[in-house]
Amino acid sequence: MTWNAFLIALREIRRNLTRAFLTVLGIIIGVASVITMVTLGDGTTKALQQQISSLGSNMLMIRPGMGFGPRSASAGIPNFTMDDVEAIREQIDNISAVAPVSSSQMGTIYMQEARSSSITGTTLEYFSINNWTLAEGRYFSSSEATSGAAVGVIGDTVRKELFNGEDPIGKKIRVGSSVIEVIGLLKAKGQVGMGDQDDCIMVPINTVQRRITGYTSMHNIGTICVSAVEGTDSDKLVADISSLMRQRRNLQPNQDNNFNVFDTRQIADTLSSSTKTMTTLLAAVAGVSLLVGGIGIMNIMLVSVTERTREIGIRLSIGALAREVLLQFLVEAITLSCIGGIVGILLALVICLGLSQLIDIPFAFNIQINMISFIFSATIGVLFGYAPARRASRLDPIDALRHE
Amino acid sequence: MPAKELIRLSGLTKTYGQGDAAFQALKGIDLSINVGEFVAVMGHSGSGKSTLMNILGCLDTPTSGVYAYENIEVQKLETNQRSMLRRHALGFIFQGFNLLARTSALENVELPLLYRGLTRGKRHEMAEKALRSVGLPDKLRNKPSELSGGQQQRVAIARAIVTNPITLFADEPTGNLDSSTTHEVMTLLTQLNREKGITILMVTHEDDVASYADRVVCLSDGNILSDTLNNRKNNK
Repeated sequence: MTWNAFLIALREIRRNLTRAFLTVLGIIIGVASVITMVTLGDGTTKALQQQISSLGSNMLMIRPGMGFGPRSASAGIPNFTMDDVEAIREQIDNISAVAPVSSSQMGTIYMQEARSSSITGTTLEYFSINNWTLAEGRYFSSSEATSGAAVGVIGDTVRKELFNGEDPIGKKIRVGSSVIEVIGLLKAKGQVGMGDQDDCIMVPINTVQRRITGYTSMHNIGTICVSAVEGTDSDKLVADISSLMRQRRNLQPNQDNNFNVFDTRQIADTLSSSTKTMTTLLAAVAGVSLLVGGIGIMNIMLVSVTERTREIGIRLSIGALAREVLLQFLVEAITLSCIGGIVGILLALVICLGLSQLIDIPFAFNIQINMISFIFSATIGVLFGYAPARRASRLDPIDALRHE
Repeated sequence: MPAKELIRLSGLTKTYGQGDAAFQALKGIDLSINVGEFVAVMGHSGSGKSTLMNILGCLDTPTSGVYAYENIEVQKLETNQRSMLRRHALGFIFQGFNLLARTSALENVELPLLYRGLTRGKRHEMAEKALRSVGLPDKLRNKPSELSGGQQQRVAIARAIVTNPITLFADEPTGNLDSSTTHEVMTLLTQLNREKGITILMVTHEDDVASYADRVVCLSDGNILSDTLNNRKNNK
């Protein structure tokens, strides 16, 4: 009997392809749109998370000035010194690395290529704090760092722009008025909201001070990067560093900080909360499309009730049992819903793969949303396919036949 | 051969609606029909003839009274049992044909066989034979919309007789047909009655159509007005 109902149901679907197509279309649209939107939202979140983690883990940045914004570039506020760096290293608990950063924008030349890059004077620890890894070559050695040797490690953008596919290792480039030998190439990190991180040249801080800028004083460290031990309370760390720096800068209790400690986790928090909002928004929009798809299914089902009620009347009058008719309708509804759900998932997969390539985000397959949207549409399909049939099969055959 | 009683009604009533709005379509019908009879039920609209036909065909249930089919009290049967009675013993022909749309003649005729669980080959064979017997051997693949009214009704007759029913119920079978196709359909029904011994109950309001039957029962306002034997014109 089950097989029979299956057979009759499939015949009935084949016979009414338009109706079947419209029903399935509602499910496909609902399922595909929800999955696409949520998957793309997830992908965007993932992309942002990757970029955030490329900034460095648990990193704090100490800069002179009141903070970001108009008042940050106040004149007369002193930069930091290597003594500040050493003081932080020795007196603050729960930090794993400290590095000075002395950055400036300078012209760089290699053969005929010339451009302007950011030159960063720092120490070896900087690379680990900022999650840099080598693609080729080596970092500068500690003796090179101490002596201020004319060596540098370049970012991927510098390689692309200056070297035209040549191997940069061992080549000499002109930076400002001095010449630097390229000893290492960093692995690319990509764009972050704040610009191209790979457009950089790292040299020992002593090299900057002695050869490039020519300053001999130690008073030109613009930023101190601090990496916290995993799991540290970063608020407490910010407070500790602040009080140490206030003390070292001789600030009176009534004076504001003339430096600021910036926790990169704040960026991470802000970005991830905004992507979360976006994902929620997308899910809401997708939910509406699922609902619209569902209403589409209902409409098709309800519009065909009259015709189908008469069909039920005919079947009953020639001797079909009510449960046979019901089984037929159930099989029809399940078949259509499942086809719609599967096609919807496949369609979403194709769209997501295409779009994530196009806007360059990772493809994040989310099994949960696939299941939810499939089950939701399938339930609506089955419910609205089955409910009218249930009502009709309870009528006397003659009432079903006369249904207007 | 002594006439064997097939259908017996006693005190059969049918009321539609409830309370003040109640309308009694049948007011206590007593009737007996023998195996092999061709009975026409006549009456004006609202006389209760269609209601009677639907109850006899187990498409509708009586409000009170007894309806015995082969001594089975049908009014006491459950829904599924009545379905099984329809499946195995009864056939229907409707005024509006009631064929499945977008479905070929062959598949329409096969439908009752599908519910009997016959194999595909057997279904095809029986359906084809039935369509041939109603004179439509070349319309197997046509859908109802591609057939004339008379042809559709013949497909419906083929569907009704493909299961070799004991009794055939026809509710105004010629109501939607012109006079020449009416004659074709009525000749076909008469043949079925004569050659296959199928008992036929037919509702009509046309004297001309009723004249094909052996016996004419006239209804008026839910009661039997007259019950007469016909002098059949093709009874030669």
